[in-house]
Amino acid sequence: MGVRTWIDSWPVYRQLTGTDPLGRGAAAKSGRSARLEPRVATADRVVKSVCPYCAVGCGQNVYVQDGRVTQIEGDPDSPVSRGRLCPKGAASLQLTTGDAREHHVLYRRPYGTEWERLDLDRAMDMIADRVIEARRAGWQWEVDETRTRRTLGIASLGGATLDNEENYLIKKLFTALGAIQIENQARV
Amino acid sequence: MAECHPVGFQWVMEAKARGAKVIHVDPRFTRTSALADVHVPLRAGSDIAFLGGIVNYVLQHEKYFRDYVVAYSNAPVILREDFRDTEDLDGVFSGLDTDTRSYDNASWQYEGTEMQAASGERDREYEERTGGGSTVAEAARGEAHGSGGAAIGEGEPERDETLSHPRCVFQVLRRHYARYTPELVEQICGVPQDLFRQVCELVTENSGRERTTAFAYSVGWTQHTVGVQYIRAAAVLQTLLGNIGRPGGGILALRGHASIQGSTDIPTLFNLLPGYIPMPHAHQNQDLEAFVRAEAARKGYWGNMRAYLVSLLKAYWGDAATAGNDFCFDYLPRLTGSHSTYETTMAQLEGACQGYFLFGENPAVGNANSRLMRLGMAQLDWLVVRDFSLIESATWWQDGPEIETGELRTQDIRTEVFFLPAAAHTEKDGSFTNTQRLLQWHHQAVEPPGEARSDLWFAYHLGRIIRQKLAGSADEMDRPVLDLAWNYPTKGEHTEPDAQAVLAEINGHDADGRPLSSYEELKGDGSTACGCWIYCGVYADGVNQAARRKPGREQDWVAAEWAWAWPANRRILNNRASADPEGRPWSERKALVWWDPDKGERGEWSGHDVPDFKKDKAPDHRPPEGATGPEALSGRDPFVMQADGKAWLYVPSGLTDGPLPAHYEPQDSPFPNLLYAQQRNPVRHLLPALPDNRYQPSGTEPGSEVFPYVATTYRLTEHHTAGGMSRWQPYLAELQPEFFCEVSPELAAERGLEHTGWATIVSARAVIEARVLVTDRMTPLRVHGRTLHQVGLPYHWGPNGYSTGDAANELVHLSLDPNTHIQETKAFAVDIRPGRRPRGPASLELVRAYRARAGIDEHTGTEP
Repeated sequence: MGVRTWIDSWPVYRQLTGTDPLGRGAAAKSGRSARLEPRVATADRVVKSVCPYCAVGCGQNVYVQDGRVTQIEGDPDSPVSRGRLCPKGAASLQLTTGDAREHHVLYRRPYGTEWERLDLDRAMDMIADRVIEARRAGWQWEVDETRTRRTLGIASLGGATLDNEENYLIKKLFTALGAIQIENQARV
Repeated sequence: MAECHPVGFQWVMEAKARGAKVIHVDPRFTRTSALADVHVPLRAGSDIAFLGGIVNYVLQHEKYFRDYVVAYSNAPVILREDFRDTEDLDGVFSGLDTDTRSYDNASWQYEGTEMQAASGERDREYEERTGGGSTVAEAARGEAHGSGGAAIGEGEPERDETLSHPRCVFQVLRRHYARYTPELVEQICGVPQDLFRQVCELVTENSGRERTTAFAYSVGWTQHTVGVQYIRAAAVLQTLLGNIGRPGGGILALRGHASIQGSTDIPTLFNLLPGYIPMPHAHQNQDLEAFVRAEAARKGYWGNMRAYLVSLLKAYWGDAATAGNDFCFDYLPRLTGSHSTYETTMAQLEGACQGYFLFGENPAVGNANSRLMRLGMAQLDWLVVRDFSLIESATWWQDGPEIETGELRTQDIRTEVFFLPAAAHTEKDGSFTNTQRLLQWHHQAVEPPGEARSDLWFAYHLGRIIRQKLAGSADEMDRPVLDLAWNYPTKGEHTEPDAQAVLAEINGHDADGRPLSSYEELKGDGSTACGCWIYCGVYADGVNQAARRKPGREQDWVAAEWAWAWPANRRILNNRASADPEGRPWSERKALVWWDPDKGERGEWSGHDVPDFKKDKAPDHRPPEGATGPEALSGRDPFVMQADGKAWLYVPSGLTDGPLPAHYEPQDSPFPNLLYAQQRNPVRHLLPALPDNRYQPSGTEPGSEVFPYVATTYRLTEHHTAGGMSRWQPYLAELQPEFFCEVSPELAAERGLEHTGWATIVSARAVIEARVLVTDRMTPLRVHGRTLHQVGLPYHWGPNGYSTGDAANELVHLSLDPNTHIQETKAFAVDIRPGRRPRGPASLELVRAYRARAGIDEHTGTEP
């Protein structure tokens, strides 16, 4: 470090000679804070998204670096939200990347006292078997001599936090299976 | 709104900065009240009395928008002679059958015609309309057996444009609300007369030709045994004031999940098919033709229901759906009464329902009478939970409250539980529909971690595997599964289905596979397929319109090029009503759409928004004799989804509990009904009074004094619903670390409650504990001449996650709104006492002791 640089880095000197006589801005800035840059500055991509919490539908910008989400901020382009997020929306990064998320399938066997790990493909196969069996066990061609062509054996709850496309496939599949007890948060 | 929809509230503040007056009506003083011009605390559960009082003020002081009301509402329509109002029958309408707890709505009809409601319980008039086909008599409610039955009358209803005929809707309305005076509002709601008059004046001064007033409600309004009638009361008022279909007007539902609107439009709901087509009820000899005849309206866009339904069946069953097999209409399972969330729990307790999927919902703490929800799940053979974290609905078998009380033992519970981690919104493509009907696409940023997958992946692959396993089956039961159109392109390492291909199916296509651009193109002959008719156009020209993101600052105030709103990218529904009958804006200040005689060949509708009207239908258009469907709408029928094109002040059919909102007390209330001898909604939907679902005595009944306080549940800014997306986030958990209740200093003094100490709260269902927040934001009210204290209970908690506490929903009974089957979480009666609740079996004993003191048995509170 040359003498000149050394003197320039002294806040009092900068306060007396620079544009910040009260020492509340540039003069007080340390070398470290001068070198800091927002974590979004180095992002590889910005992906347009929508807040997953309430139904206002605030726009989100999702910043991705090295294949990981590094920050989620409000989208100033959105005429709905104009870049703002509430405390929940601002916590979206923690929601999506936090360590509270489970990354593995867990299985509790009948009468079991603990969770066990289960392979995803195996879980899907077991669930499919159980759907077929419960569907058949609860099947009703008729109720009081009136055709119903349905099953009371399986039911489903939830959908308000899901995408339209997801709800569409769930309703389509379950209706074809004859399930009628399909519900979501619209009633709670 | 500032609490629960803070970013949306910025627009209220924008309006306020431009001079708008903000009125906040809420039992509690909240962040919204802090920014409002007027805060009106009222007793939870008394809103119909409050709104009815404003309606009475509007009628008494001639403050209604007469030209709008005469032209666009059913005010001039004359009712049948045998209709009897609550004023005639001391709190009930004509047609009540107390044995079946249901109304026969024949006497509610217009003189000389018959109606079908735009949505809701459309099965009521089935038998009359189809001339037979008996219904299964399972549920003693309006939507099932025999309660409907309007005599079929042809022709136009009789009208009196002077609004003076004693049987016209306007005069019936006047009589119905005549006793909803400021004095009565003060008595019932606890709102001082001066404050009430101030609200009446602010609302009416700000309505009319030049000005409009908007009502915004959070869905708390729906959570009552008269929830639909709450919204109806606002609809009556807004229609009288001419505040519907105009900029700055409306009744705006502020909903609480990212796509709760979408999951209602494309419903994961028992009673609906996509686009609000009703799920068929069981009837003998019912085919597509009979269903459409019974369900479709003669006039308006519901007149085209056949085209919407056949296109849906084509989207579901593709080539298998042909004219020869009724487009697979028989493949649709049939309802017999209600099959809502709470009936499903009953089916689990009875053993009929063996398997249960949970998609991002947490009923173990999020549903009313949470304990019953858990006991129902404990009877299942298997349970699949798809969520981010181990929510209470996934772990009740291990550490639920019933394990603590000793009622359940983990090693005795046979339920098999699968927990499948879900992908986050950043890990999948898809669209959310927000609360203003706006479909907004979110793009995938990264792949989901580990074994987390989207629900699109789960539904698609589950269907694929089941179809593989059933392949070759000759069983007729399996035909709908095997015939299902289930070929979706997949991509990536996880063979994720292409969400845009699903959106394209929802949008619909013609026989050549070309994307449709409007529901006007849908056909009833099988030549079009469309997964949700109201979403038709979202993929117009093969372009994902929901992904449009032209910045708001580069657009006008409508911002029509940001995403896509259903229907037809319309931002304000019924906007034909923003112009007068001749098609001119009611005022320049409130212009939205108007008739432009110089546009097109013979004139066209024009304006800032997409006109909610056929663009070349002139204001003076008169439909030809015998026209049906949209063709039968005249140029002056702005409410195009209604069977008569008019806003309904009075509802002749479609509601199970009355054509006009009347004040009833909540299921559990410390007060008698001051207006009528009828205490509660006579046709409220009561689930069985199981030992864990006892109701309480009310009003003057002995034992009512055991539960002297009114409780209401609500949300906080820092948490989300039942907490599955917020109690596991350290930032949010730090901001609101545990469950608490809000009480006034006066109630704290009366019951010895200490700030930051503990309180025990008891109902006939359960006991919970909460930290005490003593605050003058809770105001004691003078109701029925005595002081009433209210208890505020945010409902986000359960024992799991970083921020923990008891679930307020434990306290709530299962007496529901009869139209929507929604529980009464917003107004119920409790006791509160200092200290922590007992642990183990002693907590059950405490609830039993309260029931005994109040003399509660299985009959309490179940009278019609």
